[in-house]
Amino acid sequence: MSTILTPELSAHWDEPDSFRLAAYQRNGGYQALRNALAMQPDQVIQVLKDSALRGRGGAGFPTGNKWGFIPQGDGKPHYLVVNADESEPGACKDIPTLLANPQALIEGIIITCYAIRSQKAFIYVRGEVLHAARRLQLAVAEAYQAGYLGEKILGSDLNLDVVVHSGAGAYICGEETALLDSLEGLRGQPRLKPPFPAVAGLYACPTVVNNVESIASVPYILEYGAADFTRFGTERSKGFGLFSLSGHVTTPGQYEAPLGTTLRELLELAGGIRRGHQLKFWTPGGSSTPLFTQEHMDVPLDYESVAAAGSMLGTRSIQLFDETTCVVRVSLRWTEFYEHESCGKCTPCREGSWWLVQLLRGLESGSGSESDLAKLLDICDNVTGRAFCALGDTIQASITSSIRLFRDEYLEHLRIGGCPFDPAASTLFAMETA
Amino acid sequence: MALSEETRARLAPQAAEIIGRYPRARSALLPLLHLVQSEEGYVSQDGIQYCAELLGITEADVTGVVSFYTMFKRKPVGEFHVGVCTTALCGVMGGDAILADLTEHLGVGIDEPTSDGKVSVEHVECNAACDYAPVVMVNWEFFDNMTPQTARDLVDELRIGADVHPSRGAPRLCTWKQASKILAGFPDGQAAEGDTAGGPTLAGLRIAKEQGWTAPEGKL
Repeated sequence: MSTILTPELSAHWDEPDSFRLAAYQRNGGYQALRNALAMQPDQVIQVLKDSALRGRGGAGFPTGNKWGFIPQGDGKPHYLVVNADESEPGACKDIPTLLANPQALIEGIIITCYAIRSQKAFIYVRGEVLHAARRLQLAVAEAYQAGYLGEKILGSDLNLDVVVHSGAGAYICGEETALLDSLEGLRGQPRLKPPFPAVAGLYACPTVVNNVESIASVPYILEYGAADFTRFGTERSKGFGLFSLSGHVTTPGQYEAPLGTTLRELLELAGGIRRGHQLKFWTPGGSSTPLFTQEHMDVPLDYESVAAAGSMLGTRSIQLFDETTCVVRVSLRWTEFYEHESCGKCTPCREGSWWLVQLLRGLESGSGSESDLAKLLDICDNVTGRAFCALGDTIQASITSSIRLFRDEYLEHLRIGGCPFDPAASTLFAMETA
Repeated sequence: MALSEETRARLAPQAAEIIGRYPRARSALLPLLHLVQSEEGYVSQDGIQYCAELLGITEADVTGVVSFYTMFKRKPVGEFHVGVCTTALCGVMGGDAILADLTEHLGVGIDEPTSDGKVSVEHVECNAACDYAPVVMVNWEFFDNMTPQTARDLVDELRIGADVHPSRGAPRLCTWKQASKILAGFPDGQAAEGDTAGGPTLAGLRIAKEQGWTAPEGKL
């Protein structure tokens, strides 16, 4: 079999002390920082642009371009804010990175701050994973002790402080401007853009907000060069990243592979769908991305190919559901999630998510009517593009795609007056006793 | 609960340290609320007033923030707060059954502590551990691949004060108040303990090693 997996971020996760600075250095860590400090900051930004690294937090915006938007010589403080608020349903890659390899993030932060001329960085980490906070606190403390943080880093003119900031439970804070409001001590509600954070971000100062995996990918690029990174991936989706497989799969987990790898390839490595069952539907990039089915197993998982097939690569959060799963129930549960997490700032999202839940509950319990399907699609159409931020725009993903792909299943609920599926058959314990 | 003068004096240096981390004081509000919660177990009106006073903002400002974030509680929860993930994937994999079974077993509603004050339960949204579904959190530590029975056993052990170990993360489960203290930015010394990764986290790496697939430049 030709090489499919490319463990880089995950290369040393099986070492018992991989999260310690000593282990990171033993494995070659902090060479990239030395390389970066030997360049001019603008050269570092150019290397990132040349690497074509696209933001790993879901949107896929080119990281080097984002850095390049920071105005220089403006006399204002610049900030780097790392989005470690992983909470997209299906996404489970950043938390393991923080637990096992936080130093890659810290080294990436230092390089980034050198490039964008920032002396203060914040890691906004999800509050609901206590050990991730602990590991980050340790990683920052070890980096200070070793002189990688603080003043005159490695004898250079770079001064940098890093603050670990724990969130308090709000999915919307993964949206970059909501995150900034939250970091300013406010309710985490998105801001109107423009101005974009690069111009007016934290405290109205130029700010880069990047995902954990994006920043943790920076040391590799500075160590081996942009050309090495672009050897991997597809024409417009370069490099590699973590693919997270979960659900009805034999071996769920993290698979680090080049962008453009297919689900068929990943599933082969993961032992396929659980024994005795078949794949029914899946998300390529979390609950915010329209559903795929068996027909999409050979779609290259890169930004362009997934979009061309009608979904989004998102966070490469591959949630797999087999034929025991009711798609109406799953769509309802995701919609309930968005209703719960809607910040309430804009009417289409706040009210739309509530009404969508009511209709889906009726359909799932078999008490709704066929006209509810048209009503669902109409509400989706009215929320999408009219909401304040991307949360509202993505509520429709599972609803519209599930109605398009599984309309008969919705109707079957109405015909029999309830859900035709046995929920027990979908559970992990059913798998274990099968 | 009232924050006594003595408590305020004891918290003063920690509050000052938190505020000192930020270029602007108001940024300290979330960690200050975690600090208040580490003292009271929840955020009381007194705690709100305390934060408002420290930051020079109104109690209404603070209340608006407290009510926005699900991790801040306005009433006491259990010493061990159990969160059952019921977002779609965990729900389908068994989270729905676990939550229904646990609330029935304990005879409590959501966020309502048992009469001994030991345990409370709530549903949580996707906790970034889908490859370990269904997931249950206790004081924000992972309990992976749970079933209704193992979840029942878990809360029973918590209620009798048994030595309970998370599936991953810290070897010793800390209390709700202690967890809040860590989130306020005051480590408990367990960061270097516990494992690095569970089985699913290493799934891809193991296969790569078996196949001899290395990262570029032979870093593996």
